[in-house]
Amino acid sequence: MSSSMALATVGGTRTDALSLNGTEEQYVTFTVGNEEYGVNILAVREIRGWTPESRLPNLPDYVRGVINLRGIIIPIFDLRARFGGGGTEVTKRHVVVVMQVGERTRGILVDAISDILAIGQDAIKPPPDVDSGLIDAEYLSGLYTADNRMVTLLNVDKLFANEHGDHEPANRTAAAIDKAS
Amino acid sequence: MDDLSRFKQTYFDESAELLAVAEAGLLRLAPGDVDMDEVNAIFRAVHSIKGGGGAFGFNELVAFAHEFETVMDGVRNATIPVTTALVDTLIRANDVLAQMLAYAGEGTDAPPGTTDGTVAALRRHLDAAAHAPEEAVHTPAPAPASAIPPAFPDDEDDEAGIFGDALAAIAAARDEGAPAAGPVPPGKIRWTVVFRPKAELLLSGNEPTFMLRALRRLGEAEIACHLDRLPALRDLDAELLHLHWTVTLIADPEVGRERIDDVFEFVADDCDIRITAEAPLPAVIETAAPPAAETAPALPALTQPAPAAAPAEAAAQPPAAKPAEPAKPRAAGNGSGGEHAGLTSHTIRVDLDKIDRLVNMVGEMVITQAMVAEHVRDLPPGQFQELLEGLEQLAQHTRELRENVMSIRAQPVSSVFSRMPRLVRECAGLTGKEVALVTSGENTEVDKTVVENLVDPLTHMIRNSIDHGLESPDERERVGKPRTGTVHLSAQHRSGRIVIEITDDGRGINRAKVLSKAIEKGLVAPGAALSDEEVDNLIFLPGFSTADQVSNLSGRGVGMDVVRRNISSLGGRIGVYSTPGEGSRFTLSLPLTLAVLDGMVISVGEERFVLPLTNIVESLRPKPEDLHGLVNKCDVMMARGEYVRLVHLHRLFGIPKAIDDATKGLVVLVETEDGSRLGLVVDEILGQQQVVIKSLESNFRRLEGVAAATILGDGRVALILDVAGLREMSRHGGDNPGGPRPASFPATPSLPASAGHDTRQRQTA
Repeated sequence: MSSSMALATVGGTRTDALSLNGTEEQYVTFTVGNEEYGVNILAVREIRGWTPESRLPNLPDYVRGVINLRGIIIPIFDLRARFGGGGTEVTKRHVVVVMQVGERTRGILVDAISDILAIGQDAIKPPPDVDSGLIDAEYLSGLYTADNRMVTLLNVDKLFANEHGDHEPANRTAAAIDKAS
Repeated sequence: MDDLSRFKQTYFDESAELLAVAEAGLLRLAPGDVDMDEVNAIFRAVHSIKGGGGAFGFNELVAFAHEFETVMDGVRNATIPVTTALVDTLIRANDVLAQMLAYAGEGTDAPPGTTDGTVAALRRHLDAAAHAPEEAVHTPAPAPASAIPPAFPDDEDDEAGIFGDALAAIAAARDEGAPAAGPVPPGKIRWTVVFRPKAELLLSGNEPTFMLRALRRLGEAEIACHLDRLPALRDLDAELLHLHWTVTLIADPEVGRERIDDVFEFVADDCDIRITAEAPLPAVIETAAPPAAETAPALPALTQPAPAAAPAEAAAQPPAAKPAEPAKPRAAGNGSGGEHAGLTSHTIRVDLDKIDRLVNMVGEMVITQAMVAEHVRDLPPGQFQELLEGLEQLAQHTRELRENVMSIRAQPVSSVFSRMPRLVRECAGLTGKEVALVTSGENTEVDKTVVENLVDPLTHMIRNSIDHGLESPDERERVGKPRTGTVHLSAQHRSGRIVIEITDDGRGINRAKVLSKAIEKGLVAPGAALSDEEVDNLIFLPGFSTADQVSNLSGRGVGMDVVRRNISSLGGRIGVYSTPGEGSRFTLSLPLTLAVLDGMVISVGEERFVLPLTNIVESLRPKPEDLHGLVNKCDVMMARGEYVRLVHLHRLFGIPKAIDDATKGLVVLVETEDGSRLGLVVDEILGQQQVVIKSLESNFRRLEGVAAATILGDGRVALILDVAGLREMSRHGGDNPGGPRPASFPATPSLPASAGHDTRQRQTA
């Protein structure tokens, strides 16, 4: 797959990707510790270097905080901490993968970007039966082998989705209550 | 040629202003209240338009203006009596004149017959004055389909022969404004809604059926569909809408005009809607336009003359007229009739999203500018003089830019205030009280979002003032007050906020009743000693309602607490001041905008937070003897003779490396919207700053104790604290390093009964 092809797919929609590659889809892969993970490239909005976050109170350690992404405020999640590896000791070389899921934008802190892979649907193996107490199986969409490396493909829709309480802004709620009354 | 066209443009610009003058004058013109200056001004306006038109050779326009002018001349010489019907005709004539100008401006001829109907109506007034001076009211005959009792002198039959179709068109137009037959059931209001969508309505994906259904849900509706614009089958364009409807809706009085307006909210720009209301006698619905305020006695309904053109004309409008047209229904609703179809106006309608984006970008610029300024401060002095000067200018421009952008969103509160006279009449009618509403400061400007969110609270509060505050006329007379009660609604800017006051001269808050009610509802412990002010403030507690009987108006128990919640969600405060026997005054204080906030930046450990300035009372470093240990911890501080509970922000938020000892850090005394106080223990105060409010919820979620977020000068995010939320959190024991604090922790030990603590805590001012 040529790099110009990759760009065309990034700019296009999911259906474009399918029509170009049949059942192949592209994944951005990155490393956290010794492990390699991949997310569908269509969900990735940008990749940026680490900038210090502002902490949020009373949240689990995998919610690192929020950063200013050109005027919008997005949360940053620590993938290592989420998978039980403890909080990441960040350096300037860490990167944040900014993902757009539905209406929301969020960043995921990883160690380094490693690759962009075109992966055929039939090459994705289902995740093995794992103790759901150890890993949130619903985060995983499958496993893929690339040059003897195992890449864990993540389900971006589910990833940290439960961290978004579906709270309406308080004033809107109040207004709605008042209208109803 | 170029010169001539430039003069033409000047003529059209001036004409637009003259039309506005004429319309404003016409709207103030009412039978029995004829201001000759006003009449002269209208006459002059029409005359000037005619004169200029003659110079450019707009013959049709001149001919029509002449008819208009002749009638105005009659009014001026008092040969034509001013009646509601006349004013209606004149307003319509003004609209037609606007249309003629629009055609002239385009260089096209008006479609034949554009002026016929109105000319006929104008001539009839002239003839009536000449032939039957004893006749005061002269109105076109109702359409055959209408079942109006023959309240109008019916001598137009022979004229109908002369003017033929034109008269029928007027009759149809009048019919729309006329009420349906039959008396209105008592306690109900009959609305007549004439809904004339534009032919293109369907193209924008709107479905009139839904609107008709929505109307039916508001009450008993009778819907009549008019087919008169339906073309022959071979001419029929299936994508266009040829139908229009008249809906007669019998609804409860609670169903206000807004509810009906809401139904058409999304199509208001694409149709011509006339809404008239009719209530059982005495009429309780008031319309915004003065000419309608007085109507022939046979018509209990007060119709609202929308400045819309007659239907035949509306259909014939050129495409160029459309951009200006959408404003019409709204203008009718607001009672301001400055809008004219077909004429270029000096305002533009802009999508709010675009303005919001602009506001956001300006916010970004402010932040970036602050960031640059921060870096430049570290440069060696003297070497970069020009750069520094340039930056200083940039800062200046940025400030101005922000103020200007914010002012785009600003709107006068008159759009809310203008709805209130009607509400007052409605309420007065339902309660049988006599009420006069006085408003002042209508032109005070405030952010659009704030204006919009004021409608509900103000509606509630005015209802309350009339229902609970004012006495009945007889009672007022007994205590030596004028029979008519006064409600005063005012707005003004005060120290960067808008202050809205609602004052009534009623009986004031009945404190004994309020207190006993509060005790009965368990909101206050029996025997608790509350000050007058505290008692007054009890009315803001959830579930509190003093009306002995639940009335139609208020007293559903959702009153003042909802008002307070709405106001505080806008970052505002509400207060009440009452003097028994003399009245009450409610004061709302609101920020001018919801986009920026005056805040105090504080630091705790390595984190920085923003406290809204409105919450801050003062900050101080307590002496050890001011702190009082409860259960071996410094939890209460004596500040200005009052015990204030201390909340350690770092404990609440789990922030490491912060100062725990209040005597080494700072205590910021904060007050929540309901007046209770807390002492926030922080490390340091970094300074006051205007910050741009950013949502945390759009990409994440709401957090307890956090109102929103912002971006500081260095590009980092800081959380804006929600003081009321912090208080709630600290109550649940988050402030206690040793675990949850007992719920009965006495915050204000001066009150005896435990149930009183809660109340006291909320009400302490």
